[in-house]
Amino acid sequence: MATKKNININLKIWRQKNAKEKGKMETYKLDNVSTDSSFLEMLDQLNEQLVNNQQEPVAFDHDCREGICGMCSLYINGRAHGPDTGTTTCQLHMRKFKDGETIFIEPWRSKAFPVVKDLVVDRSSFDRIQQAGGFVSVNTSGNTIDANATPINKQDADKAFEAAACIGCGACVATCKNGSAMLFVGAKVSQYALLPQGQVEATQRVLNMVRQMDEEGFGNCTNTGACEVECPKGISLENIARMNREYLKASMK
Amino acid sequence: MAKSAFLKSSIAKKYWMALTGLFLCLFLVGHLIGNLQLFKSGYEGALQFNKYALFMTTNPLIKIMSYVTYISILFHAIDGIYLAIQNKKARPVAYAMNNSSANTSFSSRNMAVLGTLVLFFIATHMINFWAKMKFGTGMPLLVKEIVDPNVGAKQYMLIATPESPQQNVPVQGPVFDNNILKKQPIADIYIDGNKIVNKKNNDVLFEGYKDLHKLTISFFKSKARLFNVIPNEGLVFTIFYVLSMAILGFHLWHGFQSAFQSLGINNKFTPAIKTFGKLFSVIVPILFAIIPVYIHFILK
Ligand code: HEM
Ligand code: SF4
Ligand code: FES
Repeated sequence: MATKKNININLKIWRQKNAKEKGKMETYKLDNVSTDSSFLEMLDQLNEQLVNNQQEPVAFDHDCREGICGMCSLYINGRAHGPDTGTTTCQLHMRKFKDGETIFIEPWRSKAFPVVKDLVVDRSSFDRIQQAGGFVSVNTSGNTIDANATPINKQDADKAFEAAACIGCGACVATCKNGSAMLFVGAKVSQYALLPQGQVEATQRVLNMVRQMDEEGFGNCTNTGACEVECPKGISLENIARMNREYLKASMK
Repeated sequence: MAKSAFLKSSIAKKYWMALTGLFLCLFLVGHLIGNLQLFKSGYEGALQFNKYALFMTTNPLIKIMSYVTYISILFHAIDGIYLAIQNKKARPVAYAMNNSSANTSFSSRNMAVLGTLVLFFIATHMINFWAKMKFGTGMPLLVKEIVDPNVGAKQYMLIATPESPQQNVPVQGPVFDNNILKKQPIADIYIDGNKIVNKKNNDVLFEGYKDLHKLTISFFKSKARLFNVIPNEGLVFTIFYVLSMAILGFHLWHGFQSAFQSLGINNKFTPAIKTFGKLFSVIVPILFAIIPVYIHFILK
């Protein structure tokens, strides 16, 4: 089944020692890359080569390598998570690239995602947005109500579930020309706005999360729709519209 | 807190962009309907167009609408440019390689540039027409040309509005404005807006129509040199207007449907809104643009 084919590629990778220092694009040559390997495995192979040559390996984020944790990032050939849509970088394979191709690899670029080292960025601004309201307060003192005891219509449950599929990877911010985090925040707001459990804190949630989003230095959405195209989890722009409605409702109160 | 957020937050700014943008779309429709009357030619066309212009400058309801329009343009432009600057700051280091055409439309990526070009157009357009209409003292009044079938000679009538103290009066030539009055003074009168006033006691003697129709036609037909250099300025203006309308079309190609999303409207009507927005962004600018083309190339 597998096409036994190896390719030779050129890599242009952003190298930056630490958050303070200025970085720059460096060029590397990597031969004999299996087209069956994943993009991250290709980087592992590059790092082995660098270590063997007594050079500093390229730092990049990854964890699950199965498309669910959201850790892997990388702006590959001008697109978040590379040329495929609906995938994370760990799910991208080298068969998508041609022999002799030059591949650009850059970190997410956003004021709110400062580079830590090389391709690693600090996405804790997302955590702070979550902490500002992306939760429901549940009393766990022994009289917890079973979630299934609250009836929810199928349509809302499905939409909430789709919104909850967001893995917080930040591709939406990375690809947005405005560096806006509205798809992420829209998904997080929607996930609760659609469910009865989320109603109690609905007003404060959307106001606080949007305020935190603005404070972190994310840009303003102009509805270009790039985020929806690049989101590995197919989060829909409907979630931004829902957040905008929720915000209007909350501001009127 | 909610109150202060209503002007400052990212989402609130988007509401204002959307509301002002959609109001300006409504304004475009109104303006277009008025302009299309320019296709009616001859004296009848001129009278109808100038009557319409007089109505637009005097009706109190229209006055309120016009102030909403000025405020909308200013607010939309200032807010839009402010947002664009903020958005630039949100990405201090640019990508070395960015394939943005893979996931976004040209229009959506260039709203601020397109909008600024539209603003430039609006400024020149207002200087050339609106300011002359509103503040200019050189506006000619509507004169009707009558050819006497017996004598064959041309006669000219200054046309009065229904409110005018005096009926139509014969005048010397086809143009009647303050310049003519300087060259060939008639008693002690001058033109103030659309009124002829007695210099001595400021009595209104006559009320006519500012000839915006003539101003428009001669603007696009002018053979004069622009800035004393570029020949045939009427052609230059025509091309400039057509290009500006194309730019407006691109702005609306993304903008129309975008406004609904900003206002939180994304539901089963969205595909219809998108289709309507695209039709709107093509048809409205084309209808605006064919008017100068018609005047410059076809109208005798
Ligand atoms: C007749 C004139 C105009 C009309 C009908 C118009 C209409 C619109 C509409 C409907 C939108 C979408 C709003 C949204 O996405 O929520 C928009 C966006 C925008 N307009 Fe205009 N516009 C006009 C003139 C201008 C001018 C003069 C500027 C000034 C520089 C401008 C700058 C912008 C910008 C930057 C956006 C994108 C902002 C955003 O989506 O947040 N526009 N316009
Ligand atoms: S909305 Fe999509 S692109 Fe944005 S953080 Fe969530 S999963 Fe990633
Ligand atoms: S490493 Fe977990 S999603 Fe890619």
